[in-house]
Amino acid sequence: METLVVLIPLLLLAGSAISGILALAKTRGHEVPDRAISWIACTGPVLAFLFTVLIFNNMGEGQVLVAGYDWILAGGAWIKAGFAVDHLTMVMLMVVTGVGSLIHVYSTGYMKGDGGYARYFCYLNLFMFFMLVLVMANSLLLLFVGWEGVGLCSYLLIGFWWADEAKARAGMKAFLVNRIGDAGFLLGMLAIYKTAGTLNFQDLRTFVAGNPEAFLQGSGFFGVSLATASCLLLFLGATGKSAQIPLYVWLPDAMAGPTPVSALIHAATMVTAGVYMIGRMNFLYALSPTSMIVVSLVGALTAFFAGTIAMTQFDIKKVLAYSTVSQLGYMFIAAGLGAVSVAVFHLVAHAFFKACLFLGSGSVIHAMDGEQDMRKMGGLQRKMPITFITMAVSALAMAGIPPLAGFFSKDEILWKAFSSELGHGWFLWLLGIAAAFCTAVYMGRLIFMTFFGSCRADEKTRAHIHESPKSMTGVLAVLGVGAAVIGFLNVPHFLGGHAAFSHYVDSALMAAGEEPLAAETGSVAVELSLALLSVMVAFAGLMLAWRWWVKDPSLPATYVDRYPEVYELVHDKYRVDEFYQGAIVEPLENVADGTLYKAIDRKGVDGAVNGMARAFRWLGARLASAETGNVRTYVAVMIAGILLVMLSLLT
Amino acid sequence: MGTEAYLIVASLLFLIGASGFLLRRNLLVMFMSIELMLNGAALLFVTFARHWNRMDGQIFVFFIIALAAAEAAVGLSILIAIFRLKHRVNADELSELKG
Amino acid sequence: MERLIFYVLATVAVAGALGTVSFKNPLSCALSLVVTFVALSGLYFQNDAPFVGVLQLLVYAGAIMVLVIFVIMLLNLPDVQLEQERVSRQGIPLALFLLGPLGVLVISRLISIELGEKPEVNASFGSAASVGELLFEKYLFQFEIISVVLLVAIVGAVVLAKKRL
Repeated sequence: METLVVLIPLLLLAGSAISGILALAKTRGHEVPDRAISWIACTGPVLAFLFTVLIFNNMGEGQVLVAGYDWILAGGAWIKAGFAVDHLTMVMLMVVTGVGSLIHVYSTGYMKGDGGYARYFCYLNLFMFFMLVLVMANSLLLLFVGWEGVGLCSYLLIGFWWADEAKARAGMKAFLVNRIGDAGFLLGMLAIYKTAGTLNFQDLRTFVAGNPEAFLQGSGFFGVSLATASCLLLFLGATGKSAQIPLYVWLPDAMAGPTPVSALIHAATMVTAGVYMIGRMNFLYALSPTSMIVVSLVGALTAFFAGTIAMTQFDIKKVLAYSTVSQLGYMFIAAGLGAVSVAVFHLVAHAFFKACLFLGSGSVIHAMDGEQDMRKMGGLQRKMPITFITMAVSALAMAGIPPLAGFFSKDEILWKAFSSELGHGWFLWLLGIAAAFCTAVYMGRLIFMTFFGSCRADEKTRAHIHESPKSMTGVLAVLGVGAAVIGFLNVPHFLGGHAAFSHYVDSALMAAGEEPLAAETGSVAVELSLALLSVMVAFAGLMLAWRWWVKDPSLPATYVDRYPEVYELVHDKYRVDEFYQGAIVEPLENVADGTLYKAIDRKGVDGAVNGMARAFRWLGARLASAETGNVRTYVAVMIAGILLVMLSLLT
Repeated sequence: MGTEAYLIVASLLFLIGASGFLLRRNLLVMFMSIELMLNGAALLFVTFARHWNRMDGQIFVFFIIALAAAEAAVGLSILIAIFRLKHRVNADELSELKG
Repeated sequence: MERLIFYVLATVAVAGALGTVSFKNPLSCALSLVVTFVALSGLYFQNDAPFVGVLQLLVYAGAIMVLVIFVIMLLNLPDVQLEQERVSRQGIPLALFLLGPLGVLVISRLISIELGEKPEVNASFGSAASVGELLFEKYLFQFEIISVVLLVAIVGAVVLAKKRL
């Protein structure tokens, strides 16, 4: 078992190294067939998935621990690097290796003929390696290594077509915004290490259970307790990686990368790392109600705002990007309520339908010859049947139509919010249901604008439209089926199910005999009526979308004309980017360029260095006249030296 | 004969070589003056080797001779190169290395 | 007898040296230098250094001087030029004020000191065998270095003496 666990990430690392070497060989002019690269690149993820299934079958109730080795000597104590696979990790492993394998296969079709084929798979394998390290790490520090690693790969893949400056800039933006969050993560980690003296999850949990007062003492910062301070700092890291307010701005720009990358990294796996981290640390969050309120509130606000923005975007990938931000917000609502298993369930469901939607949009973009604007699509239904069906199923799943996956997961979150005892549950529920309405509208809009009506593309593109190759449609079909049926893993009690998934995940997070944080309250009748309400909201959203974008396409324009200011504001994404640019980036640039570079560096530091050089040049010029170039003079000086030595020795 | 007598001869050779170097302008003669100075030093080594009953001094003379051979090879080829360039071997006319 | 030999050799060596620095024609200079070298070789023998003495004859008086004489004949400088190049006027004060005090200082000192008697040495002192033993044991590394120096000198000479620089 331990060997298998270690092999999983190593397989991906090896795959990445080989693809990297092949990519280098290619730049040196060696002939490397794309087929070979495809095989090498896909072997790692697929084998990793098989190993994961093997471990899943043999694991049972406990967890698999890999001791690892002494890693860093910090303050006299060794920090050990090791892996720990429990049920929560198992779920993440399934998602990462399963969806990862599918997307690798899809990529072999999507990236066909690209000049950086080997480089692409080198990055993609490397990303999966770091993601696996992230979810399998047994300590916060090793998790952070994976955290930074996936950030790096995300940067590399967003800027994959670096020749386009906008894309390279998008990569940089993602990296820099994440850096802000990571600084918070690092500080939170240090605070925890200082308090508990360990970063190992198991030791930390024991420590927190044994003496919680160590974390409840004041942190010396506005009377905030240490637990709250470190939880909020860690959450800052999560807002960066998982694209929540205030650091979500990088994710929409990240769509500059190849579409499979958007599906794998910026929808299914990496961006859920924040949710996973909070789930992992939930025992610490339990000590700090303040931080839990903040997490769920930020999640709810993000879900709603990103949902409204998604309704006004025309770029198909941008719509999906904002929808990802919105769905991640849902996960944070649940995570902030302590309902980790619910959050993780939505994570899994989301991984399926969002990956399917992204890959479907990739298929559409492929067919439309690179066109991403939905205003130029339409009527693709007949020409791309498989893409249409899978995307439609996924969209319905996301909108929350029963019995597809999204219905179960989203409804569970809303119910947790409504029944929460934290005192702000109704507000979360209200935002959540509003976001659910938005979800239905923008998903309907995306499907209707793309696949219904008449084709708005020009003649040349229209002739080019075709269904994608089998490697792509096959993957779409698998993901579509997944999006449809995965919900049955976790049928709630009031519908006669057993909530099997929740029990599986909760058993990893709760010590024996411990109750789940958000205990079941309220009656079955209330739960059932709320579920009905959310289904009705979803249908209402879809109906509205149908009326606006299929029946009467002129209607949206009249509303836009009636409230131009509101529309402009939302369409411009609430002008958050402009605000950050003006409030943070430009002042920083002014300080860096005006003060630090021009005044201090160029005038101060360079001036001192150049001045020194000038002084020595002047001195050298004066001294150079001693060099007459006449050999006789030199010898005379030498003999004068001998004379002096002799004089001092002999007299 | 006493050691001092040999030392005086060695000093004389060195002084004569040095004066030759300072006074003459012909590069060839200056080269030979250097050889004279080297030999003055070699004679010192041999004399003191005998005086202290240690042969290390003679080893040094061996090295001096080897070095002189190397110096002659390089020095004379430089001299030929200079002559080829200027058709002169006058030390006072060479001041390209003036700072 | 020994004293007589020393006086003769010393006189010849100094006279040869004076000739070297004062003759107008470089060829005469070179020949008087050879005379000095031969006399020096004799002085080495006097100091129980037969191996070094032989080397002095072979390498210095033989090989190196032949090289110098070859170069002199190769250049074949005209008389006018030789006359021009004889004495450098700026060298006279230098020699006078630097070498004069130095010579007076050193030689007066040498005359006044007493270094004592030379010790007795065994028969093998300075023989090829004993010098060789010392050279290849204690000074092996330095010996290798000097061979590298010679190699570099050969390469340098070839490069410098080529037609085009």
